[in-house]
Amino acid sequence: MVENLSLSPAPTSGQGERGARRGVSNAFSDLVFGLLTRGAALFTLALLLGIIVSLVIGAWPAIERYGLGFLTHNVWDPVREDFGGLVMIYGTLATSAIALLIAVPVSFGIALFLTELSPIWLKRPLGAAIELLAAVPSIVYGMWGLMVFGPVLARYVQQPLQAWLGDAPGFGALVSGPPVGIGILSAGIILSIMIIPFIASVMRDVFEVTPPLLKESAYGLGATTWEVIRHIVLPYTRAGVMGGIMLGLGRALGETMAVTFVIGNMNQLRSPSLFEAANSITSALANEFAEAAPGMHQAALIYLGLILFLITFVVLVFSRLLLLRLQKNEGRRA
Amino acid sequence: MTIMTDTPASAPASPPKMSVRNLDFHYGKFHALKDINLDIPGNQVTAFIGPSGCGKSTLLRAFNRMFELYPDQRATGEILLDGENLLTSKQDVALIRARIGMVFQKPTPFPMSIFDNIAFGVKLFEKLSQVDLEERVEWALKKAALWDEVKEKLFQGGASLSGGQQQRLCIARCIAIRPELLLFDEPCSALDPISTARIEELIAELKKDYTVVIVTHNMQQAARVSDYTAYMYLGDLVEFGETEQMFFKPNRRETEDYITGRFG
Repeated sequence: MVENLSLSPAPTSGQGERGARRGVSNAFSDLVFGLLTRGAALFTLALLLGIIVSLVIGAWPAIERYGLGFLTHNVWDPVREDFGGLVMIYGTLATSAIALLIAVPVSFGIALFLTELSPIWLKRPLGAAIELLAAVPSIVYGMWGLMVFGPVLARYVQQPLQAWLGDAPGFGALVSGPPVGIGILSAGIILSIMIIPFIASVMRDVFEVTPPLLKESAYGLGATTWEVIRHIVLPYTRAGVMGGIMLGLGRALGETMAVTFVIGNMNQLRSPSLFEAANSITSALANEFAEAAPGMHQAALIYLGLILFLITFVVLVFSRLLLLRLQKNEGRRA
Repeated sequence: MTIMTDTPASAPASPPKMSVRNLDFHYGKFHALKDINLDIPGNQVTAFIGPSGCGKSTLLRAFNRMFELYPDQRATGEILLDGENLLTSKQDVALIRARIGMVFQKPTPFPMSIFDNIAFGVKLFEKLSQVDLEERVEWALKKAALWDEVKEKLFQGGASLSGGQQQRLCIARCIAIRPELLLFDEPCSALDPISTARIEELIAELKKDYTVVIVTHNMQQAARVSDYTAYMYLGDLVEFGETEQMFFKPNRRETEDYITGRFG
């Protein structure tokens, strides 16, 4: 319609016709396109709702029978049909927490090195290598963890720790157990290796979009590299960094194969040891779902799945709230 | 009083605050500044003018060793601040940069409150009590002619200000750490005419306390704000002298062509 204005010498009638035709087809295709995009967006919502509803329906017998007590009950006995999710929930949360505890600082260091400190010739190969870590199938991590990493961890970490702390109250219990190298700690470490590439590459990307002039302004005031990162780059990229961590956490919470290999799949909570075999939600589902008879066992497993869903959801909401609060504290950013 | 490329200007009014001797600058293999010699007089405004790519910003960025952030850039020669060669100084580069404030093409408010934008630089080098810190922030904002506009909203984000206010915030931020030299790299290129006029007034005000160097692609601006002007072309310092004389009766034909708009 813009060209109509510039075509002043052309006959008015022809112009009007053309304008009208273009107008109609534009309006029609805009409408179709608008509906398509809206449909795609709504479809996602519908899927999400559908998944929640079917999980709730599937889990209903267990929800009805155990209620919220399921969350704090630590027995899982399919034979006597006595089910509680505490062991798996604890396993999932603990392994993910360990994974984040290791992966966040390491990823931060990697991203920092790649954007601020690395010589140029090293940037590309190193960046590519870290991204390649993400391409390793999770089952390979699981096998490697079980056959290579676990025994090394047991031999060179657990046994020395047992010798050193074995009698210390509290700490001794944390390292007790047979030295086979499976358990919460192995699973957490394997998970951390798996999520590092995600967190690191997101962090690197957001560090890179920090405007050079902004960084130079801080350097110009006499700030050191660390001060620029800490006070300028990190606050500026806060949302992105948080997004990267959440991406990693989501992956850690939901990861199944690698965890199943190294966590030991034993429903126990008697020992707080990080080296004792345990279980996680995903791992329990993977191991038991095929054998579970329809009925209470299956419902309890689906209930576990629903809980995992809720955990992820809560984590996401929580991180959003945290971001909002941070932004409020430090003033609005345009 | 005009001095040719290879002989440094003998600054008349005051001893030179900064002297550049035989400065060469390379971006990788590209020779961006060729044997620059120049004396920047203290408590005066010196403008660098010249067409894009002539090296005026490069020269400015050599003064506070900003180029060192980038691995393929290097400078050789001498840059003397009060007689001390900054390029070979044993002093920590952060301390050198703190003596030289820099304001950029675009306003760069830090992602923090207006107050913290100013306090950030101060806290890097000085341990002040909260009262002293508040006093310093107020002083810097007043110096930058921004206090009256922001005193009610010191704890809002710096990015909530208008472009011109943001640029004055950046100037206040530099002043707050009490530098000796202020470098302006096309400070008004992203601002509207009214904000530009305010910044220019501010620069005239600032030269009472500071030595000011401004890079500008706007010749009227150079004529308005500066006492001395350096015309650069393709990495050479073509002519350097008092602004009035540079604009009315330059010694070199090239300068005249550029200033009168026959070239550039």
